Amino acid sequence: MSETKIIDARNTFCPGPLMELIQHMKKANVGDTLELLSTDQGTATDVPEWINKVGHEMISTEKIGEDWHIKVRKIK
Amino acid sequence: MRILVVGGGTGGTIVANSLARRLSSEIREGKAKVTMLSASHRHMYQPGLLYVAFGQMMPDELYRDQASLLESSIVFEVDPVEEFMLDRNQVRTAKGKIHEYDIVVIATGSRIVPEEVPGLAEGAETFYTEEGAIKMFKSLRNFAAGRVGIVVGVPHKCPIAPVEVTFSLHDYFRSRGIRDQVHIKYHYPINRIHSIENVAKWARPEFDRMGVEYETLFNVSEVDVEHKVVKSEEGTEYEYDLLISIPAHRGMEAIEKNELGPDGWIPTDRHKLTMEGYDNVYVLGDTTNLPVSKTGSAAHFEADVVAENIASIVKIGAPVTEYDGKVYCFIEAGHDRATYAMFNYLNPPDLKPASKPMHWFKMSYNKLYWASVRGLL
Repeated sequence: MSETKIIDARNTFCPGPLMELIQHMKKANVGDTLELLSTDQGTATDVPEWINKVGHEMISTEKIGEDWHIKVRKIK
Repeated sequence: MRILVVGGGTGGTIVANSLARRLSSEIREGKAKVTMLSASHRHMYQPGLLYVAFGQMMPDELYRDQASLLESSIVFEVDPVEEFMLDRNQVRTAKGKIHEYDIVVIATGSRIVPEEVPGLAEGAETFYTEEGAIKMFKSLRNFAAGRVGIVVGVPHKCPIAPVEVTFSLHDYFRSRGIRDQVHIKYHYPINRIHSIENVAKWARPEFDRMGVEYETLFNVSEVDVEHKVVKSEEGTEYEYDLLISIPAHRGMEAIEKNELGPDGWIPTDRHKLTMEGYDNVYVLGDTTNLPVSKTGSAAHFEADVVAENIASIVKIGAPVTEYDGKVYCFIEAGHDRATYAMFNYLNPPDLKPASKPMHWFKMSYNKLYWASVRGLL
């Protein structure tokens, strides 16, 4: 069964949320769901841009309070 | 109280020295003991590797004898830990010795793993080791014209290094009078040229001014060594004559083998700096899993917090402070100018214009570092 991994990159600037996601995506298994938490507004557009270019799957983008919750799935 | 520090790099050395000073009377009275275990009798100033790669520093200038940097009350052994038995408050070393502790600080750092990417170790230069930096200098010295690519792995220590090496390459080829015969292309994993937004905003016009081409969203998937082509996960590629890589990193092998954290990154509380599940295990520096820059400065500020808390636990039975995510990094900008980035969990970096005095400060810090690890700064 695929697992959902939570990546808490809230209140971080370097390396930053997208870099944290890329790092964890490398190690994830195909089919895994990753959920990135970020307080950076830009993450909501940065992540889909990378996901679409590299060929993984965007599941959802949701703002809960101050936090962005961005779910993606590793496809390849 | 037996305090064991595992790792003799920046963070480990600062925490051990700070503890030795804070607990000097307890140590004298036999109520506390600070022991350090390290894999090496030498301490390396890692930022110096970039200077070695450009022939600006000799390798022997990178090192000091580790014992000479430590307070005399610290028991120092060159005997790396091979097994962590955290549930028993013990470690076993390479020489087979068992150390029992009341509190352990794991500060083992990180290592490059270019072998994760097919062809990268064979095809690219890197200045992240002494051997690599010397080899890179010789390759640069023999380079007369052509295409130079810079690629960056995730994660890596010293986030500013990709930008700094690019500035250094530009200056180096200009000083040799061949800059117009060299095409420099910088590749970065995310959708701007640096992870820190203000650094990216500042560096981009500098790259334009220097004639450095750049491509973002480029994560290296493989290097075709025979044809000299570096390829990305995103489907693009660059033909190079000289490839310079900042490889991906992992924690040290002992951390991985002991399954303390995936890829050697130990799950760490971002404020307390304790290992998840263990109140008497502190983690600092590169080997934490914190989404914080892997830099000497982060290790330094984390070490300050850990030392203060361990000392207060010894004295009053409770920690007194927390790590706020503070990082301070110099940024060499070429032309003898530098700036810096300072930030924490709540305050983003705000770059000042690069200046010569800041460059001189960085030059001074290359020497002041040795006072810094002694806990004097």
